Amino acid sequence: MKSLLTSSALAAGMYIAVSAAAASSAEAADLTLCWAAWDPANALVELSKDFEAKSGNTMHFEFVPWPNFADRMLNELNSGGKLCDLLIGDSQWIGGAAENGQYVKLNDFFDKEGIKMDDFIPATVVGYAEWPKNTPNYWAMPAFGDVVGWTYRKDWFARPELQAEFKQKYGRDLAVPKNWAELTDIAAFFQGRDIDGKKVYGAAIYTERGSEGITMGATNALYSYGFKYDNPEKPYELEGFVNSPGAVAGLEAYKKLYDCCTPPGHSDAYMTEDVDAYKSGQVALQMNFTFTWPGINADANVGGEKSGYFPNPAGPDGVQFAQLGGQGISVVAASEKQAEALAYIKWFSQPEIQQKWWKLGGYSALRAVVEDPSFATSQPYAKPFLDSMAIVKDFWAEPSYASLLQAAQKRFHDYVVANQGTAKDALDGLVKDWTAIFEDDGKY
Amino acid sequence: MLQFPIDRIASATPPAIAARVKGLSDRAIAWLFVAPSIVLLLAINIFPLIWTIRLSFTNFRVNRPNAQIEFVGLRNYINILTDRDIWLSMQATAHFLIWTIVLQVLIGFSLAYLINKKFRGNDLWTTIIVLPMMLSPAVVGNFWTFLYQPQIGLFNYVVGFLTGSDPSSFSMIASTSLAPWAIIIVDTWMWTPFVMLICLAGLRSIPPSIYEAAECDRASKWRQFWTITIPLVLPFLMLAVLFRGIENFKMFDLVVQLTGGGPGSITELTSINLKRAAFEQWRTGYASAYAVILFVTVFGLASIYVKALNKVKKR
Repeated sequence: MKSLLTSSALAAGMYIAVSAAAASSAEAADLTLCWAAWDPANALVELSKDFEAKSGNTMHFEFVPWPNFADRMLNELNSGGKLCDLLIGDSQWIGGAAENGQYVKLNDFFDKEGIKMDDFIPATVVGYAEWPKNTPNYWAMPAFGDVVGWTYRKDWFARPELQAEFKQKYGRDLAVPKNWAELTDIAAFFQGRDIDGKKVYGAAIYTERGSEGITMGATNALYSYGFKYDNPEKPYELEGFVNSPGAVAGLEAYKKLYDCCTPPGHSDAYMTEDVDAYKSGQVALQMNFTFTWPGINADANVGGEKSGYFPNPAGPDGVQFAQLGGQGISVVAASEKQAEALAYIKWFSQPEIQQKWWKLGGYSALRAVVEDPSFATSQPYAKPFLDSMAIVKDFWAEPSYASLLQAAQKRFHDYVVANQGTAKDALDGLVKDWTAIFEDDGKY
Repeated sequence: MLQFPIDRIASATPPAIAARVKGLSDRAIAWLFVAPSIVLLLAINIFPLIWTIRLSFTNFRVNRPNAQIEFVGLRNYINILTDRDIWLSMQATAHFLIWTIVLQVLIGFSLAYLINKKFRGNDLWTTIIVLPMMLSPAVVGNFWTFLYQPQIGLFNYVVGFLTGSDPSSFSMIASTSLAPWAIIIVDTWMWTPFVMLICLAGLRSIPPSIYEAAECDRASKWRQFWTITIPLVLPFLMLAVLFRGIENFKMFDLVVQLTGGGPGSITELTSINLKRAAFEQWRTGYASAYAVILFVTVFGLASIYVKALNKVKKR
């Protein structure tokens, strides 16, 4: 009898357990988040375990290497694919994704859940979330703040013999450059130098042709020298702004840096190639997005006290801007699990989660995190990151951004790397290309 | 009684089906068999071709599903044919095509001629020579970027060693004058074995009796080569040129991996240019017109060439 009772109890228990499991599996969803394959994505996987535990949903991730990220994801959006429920897409995609109904508009959701865009770094809201720009129409929540900055070999800069030689040659201290001219001097100083028995070079900069590399690099010089995308008073008027004398000087400065001070064969380099050149001890300076800084700081060869960080330097007139990177997180309109995807964004917006995000290596864009008094000293790169985020400027985010970007890629690479024509020719050509694209778009 | 497999199949056919098939003519049965292939061909080849031609007359962009599609007549075609950059891209393709074919034919035929001689380790050498074409073009492109690396690359080291120059003083991929040759060298390295194999098949198809007869007539080796070997191998050689020509006209993966079309647009072959227009700029209508132009070019050239090939065969 006892055994019969025990068996019955066991069977009942099992039935309840199975029923509960079935019920929970019916409610739980499998969510797929799409992003680029890079270090922060690994940190997000780690962070998302908390969401899985709290929501019961299972997170899947589709990470695509950077050179193919835009191709792959824009194909997915354009074909109405259901692969991604959540997409951490590039800032420039927002215009097209919003106008073509590929992202879910988040205003109502933000209102309902009390998520305020004022709580995020203003530049990231404009850059990652808004379309049209500077209007309260939100298609994403800032997820990862990023900007182009510079890394330098602090240990090399500190060597007395190099300091003395530099001072003798340039009449100033070998220190973090204040402007592009100083940066180029420093790069030229290190170019071809023998350090610890190894030939080193000046700077690793962006020169990649295929996707967006050289544009993300050259714009840093262009912005600081006075380049503007259009007439601030009359949108889409390009002549005299894109190809202004300042812009021409900026592009020449970038070419000068490429010609004088990059390692041999550095003609198709983007994030990975620059990091490799820097971590292998090949260069004194490295241009790269700030997402690379935690990895550099932790690196056995060049990390810790060996490296320092600084924002993109100013131009000759003291104007200082840096190319915005980073992304917002959006819900894909074709997704059949929008409610769960929104729940993920709600969870991700919480200050404690954002704090944890920063600690794991993700650059939070939440002001509560970055304006915390302890933030600037929390990591050696935290202050340069904040300084850089204060001077950002972004590429076009128009629906035609891909065409605009490809035109820039071609014009910049033709001039900087392939020595075709002059900087003025390149920028005049760019005005022509961009004007044709905007004409096609009916902007005139 | 001995039954052939076909008889067994016939006897195993259910009577209902057999009755239905019985009423069909041979022609109808033949159509029945080829119909799936034809349907497949129409679905995946002919229909997309017709659709592409239709799109080529519009301003359609696949990334703007909500935009009005307008008929633009020949505008896409005119824009393409008057675009200086497209002609530069055609020029880069022609340079690549001509030089790869010339080098591959010369080296491929020479190798085939040598391999055709009987010597020890003949099979082993054939296998070794054929290895590069067994690799994926993406892999080949990738590892040649390392070989071409100015500081650590084996290619630069060898050139430096032979010429006494500093290996890091030149970059095959970054230099505008060397990059077109960099892609030619890699394609030649990879696909010469293919030409060699076809030439080898041609050489082995020549009956020894012809050479024996020539020997009897006291024809010199040089004379035998020009009057027997070359004419009899020529159809094979032309076939190899046709295959390599079509392949290299649409070359994409190897060059993308190697140079990405750079520096600047020096090695931007038409296929790379087309891909950028179609899948980076999303100018679908324009890219369709571009694809049609390339298709007509390659189809037209190939047709003329095939006619020439047939003439050579008939001789």
